[in-house]
Amino acid sequence: MRFVDEFREPELIRKAAEEIRRLADPARRFRLMEVCGGHTHAIYRFGLKDVLPANVELIHGPGCPVCVLPMGRIDDGLSMAGRSDVILTAFGDMMRVPGTQGSPLQHKARGRDVRIVYSPMDALKLAQANPDTHVVFFAIGFETTAPSTALTMMRARAQGTRNFSVFCNHVTIVPAIRAILDSPDMRIDGFIGPGHVSTVIGCRPYEWIAADAGKPIVVSGFEPLDILQGIVMLLRQLEHGEARVENQYTRAVPWEGNRAALGVIAEVFELRPYFEWRGMGFISQSALRVNDRYADWDAERRFNVPGLRVTDPKAAQCGEVLKGVLKPAQCKLFGRECTPEHPVGALMVSSEGSCAAYYNYEHRKSPAVIDLASMA
Amino acid sequence: MCLAIPGKIVEILPGEYRSAVVEVAGVRRRVELGLIEDEHPAPGDWVLIHVGFAMSKISEQDAIDQMRMLALLGESEAAIEEVRGYSQ
Repeated sequence: MRFVDEFREPELIRKAAEEIRRLADPARRFRLMEVCGGHTHAIYRFGLKDVLPANVELIHGPGCPVCVLPMGRIDDGLSMAGRSDVILTAFGDMMRVPGTQGSPLQHKARGRDVRIVYSPMDALKLAQANPDTHVVFFAIGFETTAPSTALTMMRARAQGTRNFSVFCNHVTIVPAIRAILDSPDMRIDGFIGPGHVSTVIGCRPYEWIAADAGKPIVVSGFEPLDILQGIVMLLRQLEHGEARVENQYTRAVPWEGNRAALGVIAEVFELRPYFEWRGMGFISQSALRVNDRYADWDAERRFNVPGLRVTDPKAAQCGEVLKGVLKPAQCKLFGRECTPEHPVGALMVSSEGSCAAYYNYEHRKSPAVIDLASMA
Repeated sequence: MCLAIPGKIVEILPGEYRSAVVEVAGVRRRVELGLIEDEHPAPGDWVLIHVGFAMSKISEQDAIDQMRMLALLGESEAAIEEVRGYSQ
């Protein structure tokens, strides 16, 4: 019962766990996918698996932007760092992701000018402070970070800063969910919807999942209570044979999303006809590219990026893990060739990657930070 | 990057583009306000921040809950490191 006081309303956690046990008909199996990598991290860290009955299974989804980027895109980005007049900037999450010739950090160690920024705006400021170089920002992320990249590009255009461009790898979450539902080896009963992506896109884009695919989806927050309540709401819908979009995370997610953020995305970006996702192949209309009005700030057009396609190391089964077909430990490389210290695949790099989360909390047998099971 | 960081607006900065000095766990940095202008941010308001941009206004209680959630996830140090990394 340690740490109980740190929780919001521990009594509610107990009640939610009880309610899950009551709702989970033992004659059925419930496969629920948490789409967001933040949820995956929380689920492992809080040992939520031990709170759930055996027939309620959580499947980890594709919601880790670092993890879903195929190796070819990393090589493409690093191709620009090979030029003497270019400073390549990226978020810290990207720095250890392996490309075929090593990670951005390894390129930096070899003398390439690769720098961490924490905000795209700081990449723009770096360009303005270094007018004789060209600063490329390696943009990644779902709809949570795309508006910030877009607003930065609008600023660059308004200020006439021409030695700055964006290598755009922004992806959109809804087509990835569609691809999972279309995949013949997947059987998912319902979705725990992403929290912070939904602060931008709202809940409407998920309505087809309920209407067309007939699956319930509940947008949830990241605390243990949020996730458990999200599961309760999913199981209640499944009990009654319903499929609706519900919002558990109302304290952060407005149903309509953030209109200003959606507006700047529309100003700068357009949908790519298709985009490759690691392990999931090409998914139509699943990513953003820079539109013609902002062509001068599009690194892909300015630098003739090679457009490399690189297959993942054969033994690595990142794709199957990303789709939830395999558990992390079922990959042949897990814990042997591929560890957080020496990652072969991106899922082992990010704390939101399911392999890293599984490794840190299950494989190393470090106890979940909070003994939720004893409370529940 | 994907988990939002709560911060309190200390000062709205002058200039053509809206930005503010925001305090997160004692660290003060500049944060862009261009995505929440409709919400009329003002000193004393709490906001959720992603990659240097305020994404929504929240209540003080939600900010406390969010900070505690980051601590529970073991992410508060990374969050503060991110904020420290924003330019002044």
